[in-house]
Amino acid sequence: MFKIVRREEMAQGTVILNEIEAPLIAKKANPGQFVILKAHEDGERIPLTMADTDPEKGTITIIYMVVGKSTAHFRDLAVGDAYQDVIGPLGKATHIENVGKVVCVGGGTGVAVLHPITRAMKAAGNDVTCIIGARTKELLILEEQMKSASHDLRICTDDGSYGRKGFVTEALKEVLDDETVNQVVAIGPVPMMKFVSKLTKEYKVPTMVSLNPIMVDGTGMCGGCRVTVGNKTRFACVDGPEFDGHLVDYDELMLRLQAYGKEEKECYEEYCTLRDA
Amino acid sequence: MAKRPGQKEKTPRQAMPEQPADVRKHNFEEVPTGYTIELAQAEASRCLQCKKPSCVAGCPVSVDIPGFISLITMGDFTGAIRNLWSKNALPAVCGRVCPQEIQCEGRCILARKGEAVAVGNLERFAADYERAYGSGALPPKAPATGKRVAVVGSGPSGLTVAGDLIAKGHEVTILEAFHKPGGVLVYGIPEFRLPKEIVAQEVNFLERQGVNLECNQVVGRTMTLDELFEQNFDAVYLGVGAGLPRFMNIPGENLIGILSANEYLTRANLMKAYKYPEVDTPIPIGKSVCVLGAGNVAMDAARTAMRLGADNVRIVYRRSEDEMPARKAEIHHAREEGIEFHLLTNPINYIGDEIGRLTGMECLKMELGEPDESGRRRPVPIEGSAFLIACDLVIVAVGSGANPLLTQSTPDLTLNQWGYISADPETGKTTKRGVWAGGDIVTGAATVILAMGAGRKAADSIHDYLTWGW
Repeated sequence: MFKIVRREEMAQGTVILNEIEAPLIAKKANPGQFVILKAHEDGERIPLTMADTDPEKGTITIIYMVVGKSTAHFRDLAVGDAYQDVIGPLGKATHIENVGKVVCVGGGTGVAVLHPITRAMKAAGNDVTCIIGARTKELLILEEQMKSASHDLRICTDDGSYGRKGFVTEALKEVLDDETVNQVVAIGPVPMMKFVSKLTKEYKVPTMVSLNPIMVDGTGMCGGCRVTVGNKTRFACVDGPEFDGHLVDYDELMLRLQAYGKEEKECYEEYCTLRDA
Repeated sequence: MAKRPGQKEKTPRQAMPEQPADVRKHNFEEVPTGYTIELAQAEASRCLQCKKPSCVAGCPVSVDIPGFISLITMGDFTGAIRNLWSKNALPAVCGRVCPQEIQCEGRCILARKGEAVAVGNLERFAADYERAYGSGALPPKAPATGKRVAVVGSGPSGLTVAGDLIAKGHEVTILEAFHKPGGVLVYGIPEFRLPKEIVAQEVNFLERQGVNLECNQVVGRTMTLDELFEQNFDAVYLGVGAGLPRFMNIPGENLIGILSANEYLTRANLMKAYKYPEVDTPIPIGKSVCVLGAGNVAMDAARTAMRLGADNVRIVYRRSEDEMPARKAEIHHAREEGIEFHLLTNPINYIGDEIGRLTGMECLKMELGEPDESGRRRPVPIEGSAFLIACDLVIVAVGSGANPLLTQSTPDLTLNQWGYISADPETGKTTKRGVWAGGDIVTGAATVILAMGAGRKAADSIHDYLTWGW
C-alpha cells in the first residue's frame, strides 16, 4: 500500500496533488519519468508523470486533473488513505544538459510535469524562460514554483483574466523572435504541443514533448501506447514518454486518446451519480 | 467380435465433462469441469504401469506418471498429489494447459492402438481434489542455508524456481512487475481455461512455505540487477517472459480497434475487463472480430471475443490447417464455439473511418509454396486475390519478441541476435556470475511446461552454486 501524506486541491478542485509514500521509486526517479497508479482491487492502471520526488522523505508527488472514473476515485482518497499499487519509475528520463537558452512551455496539468524538468534545466546552467498557460486565472497551477524554477516566467490565459491574453504559442513566438533559443520543452494538451511544435519547426528549434497515451502495463508489453514518431511506431512507455516534437503524429495521438471516450464518460457519470446519492 | 470368457471389458478413455459449447460461449467459467472420483479412478485403471514408462521421458519435468496414477487407482489422493509435488510445483496449472498430446500422452503405449491415458486430466484431478479436500499440509523443507535468492518474474518458470529452492532451505524473494503474481498464467491465459483462483492458490502455497513475494517491482527500472546483489542476494533467476508484442507492420495499424493479443488478454484477464463496468478497466467490444495468427494465444483471444458478445469471430491465418501451432484441443474448442477459420489468408492493409476507427481489413489469398527455414511450406500470395473483410476489432496474435527493459539496463548480460538472454540450456547459467535465466526470455515464446522445465534445471544449478560455488 502507498500512503498519501499530503493532498492539495488546485484550480478550483479540478486538479489534485497527492504526495505519496513510495521510497524505492523516489530514490530512483528522474525528471520526465512516470508511475502507474491503481487505487483499489478493481481499479484501472493509470499512468501519470511525476511532478516531484523527495528521495530523503521517500515520497513522490503527482498532480492530475479529474477527468474520469479512475481519477475521480483518486480524488476521493484523503491523507492517510493509500493507493493499492504504484509502479515505477517508468519511461526514459529527460535528457538534461546545458545547451544555453531553453524555453519551457506548459499548459493545464502539463505544468506539473514541466516543473521538475524546468528546475533541472536551470540547475544544469541553462538560461530558462518559462511560459505557462490556462483557460482562465483560476485554472492556473504552480505559478510560484515555476517562477523559482526559471529565470523568467510568462503567463497566458485564454480569456485574459491573468497575464497576457492568448495562447502560449503567441508568447513563445515573441521569445523566438527576440532571442536565440537552443531548445524548447513543451508539455500540455496535445493540441498545444502540436502548435508549439509547428511553430518551433519554422524556427528550427529542437523541441521535446512528453506524451501521455493510453497504456496498461507501462513496460512495453501491451503496445497500447503506440505513437507514430517520424513515420515509425514507437511505444511511449519504454521509448518515451518524451519524443522529438517535430516528428510526432499529433492527429493520430488525439484520435487514439479517444479510444475509450464513450466508456469513460458513461463510467464517470455513473460514478458521480452514485457518489452524490 | 465375441468376448472370450474371463476377458476383461476394456475401459475406454474417460471423456472430460465440459460445459456445452452454446452455453460456455456466453460465460467466462472454466470449460472442462473436471473428473469425478469415479471417472478419475476408471481412467487411472487404464494405465498399464509400464516398467519403462515412456510417458515420463516425454515430460519436461519428469513427473512420475505411473506412480501418481497408481495412487489414484488405490484411492490415495493425498499420496498422488505429494508424488506430483515432488516433481511439479504447479500440477493444477499443468493438468490444464500442458500440450499433453505431444508430451506424456503422445508417448503413451496405449496411444499406439487406441487412446492414451488422460494424464493431464488425472493430474488436474489430483490437484483439484487436494485443493478442495486436502489437509493443506506443506511439503517437507530442508534446514535453512542462510542463502538468499531473488527470482525476477512470477510466471511458470519463476514459480518453479521459487518452489524448488525454498524446499532446499534457501530464502527466496520473488519480484513481480505487475500488481498481481502469476505472469502469463494471470495476464495471458483466460479464466475459462485456467481460473485465476487456482493460480492465486498455487502462489499462496509457495508463500505458506516461506517464499517472499513483492509485486510492483520492475527490475530494470525500480532497481537494477546489480542492486539486487547490493541487497545481499546470493543468486538471481531471471524469468521475465518474452513480453514484447509483434505487429504486422502494415498500413493503418494504429487505428483504434487494433490491439496486440497481449493488450487484449491483459485487459480481459489481469484487469478483469470482461466484468466492466463492474471493474474500472474497459475493453473494446467487437461485433465483427478478426484474430491474426493461429497459436494458442490466438485461440484464447478469439474465444474471449466470442464471450464478450461478438456476432462473428474469425481466425485469419496465412498458412493452412496443418501448420496451425495451437493445441488440437484448443482449435476444437474454438470451432465448437463458432469461431470461423479463414486460412491461407494474409492481411495487407487496414481501413478506418474519419475518427480513426477500424472498419475493415484488406487481405490476400495465399497458397503454399516450397518449405521455408521453419520446415513449413511457405505461404505465397495469389496475385489479384485481394478482398475485404469488414471488421471493427482486430487482435494481433502473431507472436512476441524479447522485451528489452531489463536486458538494456544490464549491459554485462550477453544476448543472442534476437535480444533473448544467452543461457546454458542444461543449467540456465548466463554469462553474468550469479545470474540464471530461463523460460521465454531465453527460448522465445514457448509453453508453460517448457518454462517450468527450464526453471527446474536452473534451480538445481543454483542450489549447486549456493552449496559449492560457481
